[in-house]
Amino acid sequence: MTLMSYRQALHDTLRSEMLRDENVMLMGEEIGVFEGSYKITAGLLAEFGEKRVRDTPIAEEGFTGAAIGAAMLGLRPVVELMTINFSLIAIDQIVNHAAKIYGMFGGQAKVPMVIRTPGGGGQQLGATHSQNIELYYAFVPGLKVVAPSTPADAKALMLAAIRDDDPVLFLENLALYNTKGEVPDHDEPAVIGKAKVTREGSHLTLIGYSRMAYVAKKVADQLADSDHLDIEVVDLCSLRPLDRETIINSVKKTNCAVVVEDDWLTYGIGAEVAATISDGAFDYLDAPVRRVAMAEVPMPYAKSLETAALPSEHDIIQAIYQTLDATGHRRSKTGPHD
Amino acid sequence: MTTQKRTARTTPAATKRAASTATKAPAAAKSTKAPARVAAKAPATKAPAKAVAKPVTKPAAKAPVKATKPTKAVAKKTTKSSATTDAQLLDFYREMLFIRRFEERAARAYTQALIGGYCHLNLGEEAAVVGLMSALRPTDYLFTNYREHGYAIARNIDPNAIMAELYGRADGVSKGWGGSMHMFDMDHRLLGGYGIVGGQLPLATGAALAIDYRGDDDVVMCTMGEGTTNIGAFHESLNIAELWKLPVVFVVINNFLGMGTKVEKSSAEPEIYRRGAAYRMPAARVDGADPIAVAAAAQIAVDSARSGQPYLLEVTCHRLRGHSVVDPAKYRTPEEVEELKLHDPVHNLAAELVAKGLADVATLEALDESILARIDEIAAFAEASPHPDVETLFDYTYATPVPNDSRRLPGQPLFDENGVAQ
Repeated sequence: MTLMSYRQALHDTLRSEMLRDENVMLMGEEIGVFEGSYKITAGLLAEFGEKRVRDTPIAEEGFTGAAIGAAMLGLRPVVELMTINFSLIAIDQIVNHAAKIYGMFGGQAKVPMVIRTPGGGGQQLGATHSQNIELYYAFVPGLKVVAPSTPADAKALMLAAIRDDDPVLFLENLALYNTKGEVPDHDEPAVIGKAKVTREGSHLTLIGYSRMAYVAKKVADQLADSDHLDIEVVDLCSLRPLDRETIINSVKKTNCAVVVEDDWLTYGIGAEVAATISDGAFDYLDAPVRRVAMAEVPMPYAKSLETAALPSEHDIIQAIYQTLDATGHRRSKTGPHD
Repeated sequence: MTTQKRTARTTPAATKRAASTATKAPAAAKSTKAPARVAAKAPATKAPAKAVAKPVTKPAAKAPVKATKPTKAVAKKTTKSSATTDAQLLDFYREMLFIRRFEERAARAYTQALIGGYCHLNLGEEAAVVGLMSALRPTDYLFTNYREHGYAIARNIDPNAIMAELYGRADGVSKGWGGSMHMFDMDHRLLGGYGIVGGQLPLATGAALAIDYRGDDDVVMCTMGEGTTNIGAFHESLNIAELWKLPVVFVVINNFLGMGTKVEKSSAEPEIYRRGAAYRMPAARVDGADPIAVAAAAQIAVDSARSGQPYLLEVTCHRLRGHSVVDPAKYRTPEEVEELKLHDPVHNLAAELVAKGLADVATLEALDESILARIDEIAAFAEASPHPDVETLFDYTYATPVPNDSRRLPGQPLFDENGVAQ
């Protein structure tokens, strides 16, 4: 195990996969000479050259589609979209082509490619640069969508994504790049399509992905200390396929759930999780499934407004208290909520 | 993947190609049939690839001018022995007539509800189809739009499988998953008909990137309609192809109508080949009613691409029917409908064959009879082919199996009676 940042884990994994397989190549805006807007690809142009680390024009549709076409002929392109907001320029290629080519042609062509892209608000980037629209891709059969929350998962899921024969949208997060964690030294890929219980507990199931899985774990640890609450945390890891059974198995144990997400609530991923719990664990529920999600506004620039729009640790804690109250769970009278 | 390396290269293909094209001015194509429509651009002063990023003192991409002297395409045609050309004409005619009868049968089957969805036909485009396809090696790749039945035929894909695909049957070229717009055959390197206008351009560019990456010497041809040249993917793809010197030919079938919209109403530059100048890409326009001219122009384009210089080829055609089978094309004036009769490439070539004494009417009629009989067999094959088994519904969502992939049918609950997600 090595302690490293999420950024470093991504960088090192891209590099090791390029060393392992000459079909792995990188494409994207400013990934070479500029070394990546978030420096994930730092040093790779110098090491691998222009053929394998390809700076593209600002043409998301063109170069994402080109990566798909190259993948159809057996390359394994890893595309960087500077942020997920810009994926909207490429969405025709991702949804109408990457996701469809294997099925639409009766399994004759595979599209082994990865689209890396960070989501995330909270950086005062305003309405068009702060969205969490992974839902648009998680909606589409034919795509796989993964969202690691730790450096170790970033490595394991990147290994899996690159070696997978399907198009994988790999969701990163601006706020996670500098977070650190222990990363295994071995190259063991994760299994796409599996969620993880990152903290075992019995009082309540707290579900999140990407940055919110990180925050959920932090909140659960904090409440264990402050309130003696025993909260189970589920990190979805994969948004498509969605591991519904891990969610249900947890809720059957805890009898209540709070879903936290950085995207908008209405029609969001939390809505799918809540519906899953309703379908699969209705008889086990002692309280309605609570969702904590972003305010339904275009993200404002001003820090005060941005902070108010994004789910906070306080918001999550309050939702946990209210859900536990609804179940009749007796909490410590000395907790900070009283 | 069936991709194979054929030509081992010791130096990066792009470098080699750039070097080989630096001194080569791609020649223009010209049709002897419609000289007024033919123009070409040959950027003879084209800078070598490595100098592209630097300011050039003399614009390499001049405004294209109409060809004023015999071009390579014409020279090639006239230097061929007339016997070769005559034989080629007869071959082209057979193929064109086959496509014509196939498409007419598809239209009939569509009105009989044997074919569903949309059904766009190559009627009027037959000469362009056979001319273009004649320039490709069997190992070259083709990406098309949704008007691709004829291209699939000309790539020598089994017409039984093409018709079966139209019928949505298990023996279809895409196993019944694609339909009229989405034919695919890796063995014959038809890498897809695509239903989204412009969707195939970035893909074709990427296929060319893969070829270049490996140092192979295949070429990608990518066809589209003239309406496609107004979409962003066209601009982005031509720009990338030229920047990276990819082995791709972009072919614009300009039938002057995007559904019902005239090219002058949709394209600020209605002479589409001129758009190549914006990317410093050699380009030419050829009369798509003349299969020999198309073949010659396509050969120039493909040779250029193979040497590392992408190419834009505009082929003018006349769409003889509506946009799709269900379109009565009421936007055409009676005069336009009357004029269309003059542009039927199959009829015109038949008349030429007879006039030149290459075939008599009786021979052509016998050919037609035999093709019609074959088309009957094809339709019978398609109708007899089984519908895809519903058991295969979930077979093609993912190439790499993945846990928790849903196999739920619409009426089934999310969790079965055992509490297992489906």
